[in-house]
Amino acid sequence: MSRTHVSTILNGVETDFLCEPRQSLLEVLRDEIGLTGAKEGCNNGNCGACAVHLDGRVVNACCVLAVETQGRTVDTIESLAHGDQLHPLQDAFLQEAALQCGICTPGFIMSAKALLDQEPNPDEQRIRFWLSGNLCRCTGYDKIIRAVQRAAAEMQEAK
Amino acid sequence: MDSFTYLAPRSLGEALTALGNGKQSLLLAGGTDIIVQLREGRRHCDQLIDLKHIPELMAYRITDDGVLEIGASAPLARLYEDPEIRRRFPALVDCASIIGGIAIQSRATLGGNLCNASPAADSSPALMALGARVVIASSNGTREIPVEELFAGPGRNTLQPGEILLRVRIPAPAPNSGAFYHRFIPRNEMDIAVASSGVALALDDSGVITAARVALGAVAATPILVPAAASALVGKPANAESFAAAGEAAAAAASPIEDMRGGIAQRRHLAKVLTVRALEGALNRIRESR
Repeated sequence: MSRTHVSTILNGVETDFLCEPRQSLLEVLRDEIGLTGAKEGCNNGNCGACAVHLDGRVVNACCVLAVETQGRTVDTIESLAHGDQLHPLQDAFLQEAALQCGICTPGFIMSAKALLDQEPNPDEQRIRFWLSGNLCRCTGYDKIIRAVQRAAAEMQEAK
Repeated sequence: MDSFTYLAPRSLGEALTALGNGKQSLLLAGGTDIIVQLREGRRHCDQLIDLKHIPELMAYRITDDGVLEIGASAPLARLYEDPEIRRRFPALVDCASIIGGIAIQSRATLGGNLCNASPAADSSPALMALGARVVIASSNGTREIPVEELFAGPGRNTLQPGEILLRVRIPAPAPNSGAFYHRFIPRNEMDIAVASSGVALALDDSGVITAARVALGAVAATPILVPAAASALVGKPANAESFAAAGEAAAAAASPIEDMRGGIAQRRHLAKVLTVRALEGALNRIRESR
């Protein structure tokens, strides 16, 4: 099967890659480009571990074909920190101990970032609703919710 | 996943030409069902035709007559974020905002949810209650059918080879009318309906029901309209008694199966309870809009 040439803006950088039409964005990010932050959990759109942003909206990278990203903007968890400077959400997840095994964490953070980009001050119910597409099987959700609330407060303060 | 070629036509004409080239095709809108089905070997194709580069399939608009026309590939999130849609078509927001989670709604579409033809699809009963129709294109032109005629069975729609679902048309709500959709699931969000009900009601000035539509999801091989429930409502006052009668009619019309999500008696009971509560929700919307 011939491979297709795709040009995207990946984490702010013009990026070209070759892929087969059947390859998901998740496969290409992890196996071709080497960005392993987005995780493969269920590979069917249920767990949210592979959440990335496509043109600023959160999507499951397992449910996007890499060829569909031609000419579009893709942002992954790798775009959040600047050197040693963590994004407030990353920092808040550490402060609130909102992770144990960490497999779900990149997805939670990318989903939460999409929420805070759109609604800087969501209430708890809104956060829980928004994150319902992200599953965590070890930490439990309360710490994750608290981390998002903490990050929201810090990001508001920093403005 | 089997190999296939990927096509991204820029116009409906190009898409129809590709669809007629003799290869086995599948159509791609949001991909949240079809990509998973291809990966799991539940569907196969030689070519996948992406419908997201055809401007008319990505657009939606409210016409001068108040009809909401939604391109088959427009993502759900764009619909429910629109303040005019929220104000005029809240029952559409009811279903669009609970199909999967946010990451699904960024991509998933009404066209895809309908054509995937799950008996438990959330958009189907809501759109049936709203009296929606779908416009279907082929190389012979277009045809329009009520949305309920799109469903043939679990995972099977009535589109013919060479046809593309273009858009959904939701009529302008009548004055003094309201609609409501909801479902039962064991968690709060992000699940597939055990059973669901979509209803629409119109009242005259004295509060008597002049028109009603009741639709159910996940209680039969396809989403179903329940004309007997509508008959139990029309000409009656909008009150607990008429709503209870409609609920009984809904339960009688349900022919559910037992599966991992629920049992037969449970689903039949849910058909009743959900219908009564949906009618209460529709009535509340009528009152709030006065």
